[in-house]
Amino acid sequence: MSASVAGPAVGLFGLMAEFPDPKSLAKAARRTHEAGYRKVEAYTPFPVEEVMEALDHHHSKVPLMVLIGGILGGLGGFGLQMWANLSAYPMNIGGRPLISWPAFIIPTFECTILGASLSAVIGMFALNGLPMPYHPVFNVPRFSERGSTDGYFLVIEAADPKFDRSGTQIFLEDLNPSEVSEVEP
Amino acid sequence: MATLDTRLEPLPAKPHKAPMIAPGHTPGSVTEHIASIPLTPLQKTPKWWLAGFAVSFMILMVFLWSVGNLLVRGVGIWGINQPVGWGFDIINFVWWIGIGHAGTLISAILLLFRQGWRTSINRFAEAMTLFAVACAGMYPILHTGRPWLAYWLLPYPNSMGLWPQFRSPLIWDVFAVSTYATVSLLFWYTGLVPDLATMRDRATNRVAKIVYGALSLGWRGSAKHWHNYETAYLLLAGLSTPLVLSVHTVVSFDFSAGIIPGWHATIFPPYFVAGAVYAGFAMVLTLLLPLRPLLKLHDFVTDRHLQNMAKVMLATGLIVVYGYAMEFFFGWYSGSHAERFMLMNRAIGPYKWHWMTLILCNAIVPQALWFKKVRSSPIALFIVAMFINVGMWLERFVIIVVSLSRDFLPSSWGMYRGSIWDWGVFIGTMGLFCALLFLFIRFLPMISIFEMRTMVPADAGEKEKAQ
Repeated sequence: MSASVAGPAVGLFGLMAEFPDPKSLAKAARRTHEAGYRKVEAYTPFPVEEVMEALDHHHSKVPLMVLIGGILGGLGGFGLQMWANLSAYPMNIGGRPLISWPAFIIPTFECTILGASLSAVIGMFALNGLPMPYHPVFNVPRFSERGSTDGYFLVIEAADPKFDRSGTQIFLEDLNPSEVSEVEP
Repeated sequence: MATLDTRLEPLPAKPHKAPMIAPGHTPGSVTEHIASIPLTPLQKTPKWWLAGFAVSFMILMVFLWSVGNLLVRGVGIWGINQPVGWGFDIINFVWWIGIGHAGTLISAILLLFRQGWRTSINRFAEAMTLFAVACAGMYPILHTGRPWLAYWLLPYPNSMGLWPQFRSPLIWDVFAVSTYATVSLLFWYTGLVPDLATMRDRATNRVAKIVYGALSLGWRGSAKHWHNYETAYLLLAGLSTPLVLSVHTVVSFDFSAGIIPGWHATIFPPYFVAGAVYAGFAMVLTLLLPLRPLLKLHDFVTDRHLQNMAKVMLATGLIVVYGYAMEFFFGWYSGSHAERFMLMNRAIGPYKWHWMTLILCNAIVPQALWFKKVRSSPIALFIVAMFINVGMWLERFVIIVVSLSRDFLPSSWGMYRGSIWDWGVFIGTMGLFCALLFLFIRFLPMISIFEMRTMVPADAGEKEKAQ
């Protein structure tokens, strides 16, 4: 335990405050953000729009990744059919066109969907930094017990420039949490 | 976002409708109730589960025996021959894949339409989709005759210098079904990840903790996680919606691109999609109605869910009946002798009993769903759903076999009936399907826990804390 260390603590991931319901967590998150803390994360057992807004999570990169994945999938699918019919295996059947593109639309469509869906899922996990086998927040017993059931938590990381071991603790306690605990790294 | 709606104000009450979740629940109690089913210790597994799984497993052995025999002796052991080259295998393929469609409809289309009631049944329906597609995919592969060479259907550089015929509906099918299977799996797994994290945190058994922990990828439920997650989930729903419509459209192209009387019709894509949803909802009800009392899910799968599913069945059933009527109209209006003969042959030919049973099952019996009494009675709904399951199978039988057995040339007419091995594979896939479903409800949360938490009225948690 590094409870007695003051200043930007060594051996401390951050401080965690627990709140009784999503409403008070959203309020606390907003005040923390306004107070200038930036390395802040809120944890909820289900998506809560207010909390995301309070922490300024407005633009996700997932849609862009899906767009790129879809375009690449579509071009790849159509390109494969063009190439297979033009150069790899051209078949002249009664002089019919080699590129009968309307017939290629369905595989192209399916490849578009496949590319977009794969990038949605892989992109979402990558942006979230998953898979991550270890994370310090699980060191808090209350979190690993209630965090995915009905616990609402706010963590200010020690890496935040504004973080101060005792000052941040006082700040968090001022937000009316049910409990404030240290997060070991 | 419909079910992911996380407004903290309670929604305006709709007193005329039954609730979507029984009153008195909190996020904690919802989690406890749903997560405790898969976390039951192995030695406390309910007897009905053991019995059900044992029976399914035995039927799965019938499948393995039938397929083993098929691999050794070839497709000659099936009833197919000239002129009916597509028999049970293609009937069952279309039937199973149609059943799968309800899962995607519930999870994706109803999400986009903001139908909150989908939340308690979407996970189960998605699992049903996956297992149904697994069963469906088996048939075309076995039907190729040399299933160990089925990968020839895929476009890959090979030493023979060959490429698939991309203009063929059968290759479109390969693309559509494999994409559908992949996207369904992604959608299902993405939905599961936050719940797997719940299971990881609640599991007391070490093995369970490690397995759920690995599968949940270290999900923490941070605001950033949820933000990307919701966006990705909604986009996946948006992508699955045109995909599911395209899959059965492509399946219908297998027929409508051919010139066989009774196949070559423009109405096929919408008619097939409606039939798929019809069959799928019937299957969801067939499975959910017995599970609801067994797993004590009345709080989450309420009468309102049954009512709504019955209404979807009634609506899609009427579209299917319209399709039957239009087939007769097209046949008559085409002026083609072969088309007119085909329809007469359907109704009064050698397969007339199949057709009449089909009309009874798909067009007449489901009209009972107009009555609220039927829609709110689990037993009556189960009976209607069973009729539809049989009816939709017969529909595919009538379309495929009746058309093929008597086409343009009377000299090449013939009769078809499934052999014992056809039945073995068909009943066997039911074993595969049920065995997978039993494993699913035993080891994974069959209702989306995190989405159910959002359905709980916002003040429920505070009340609990105050007590």
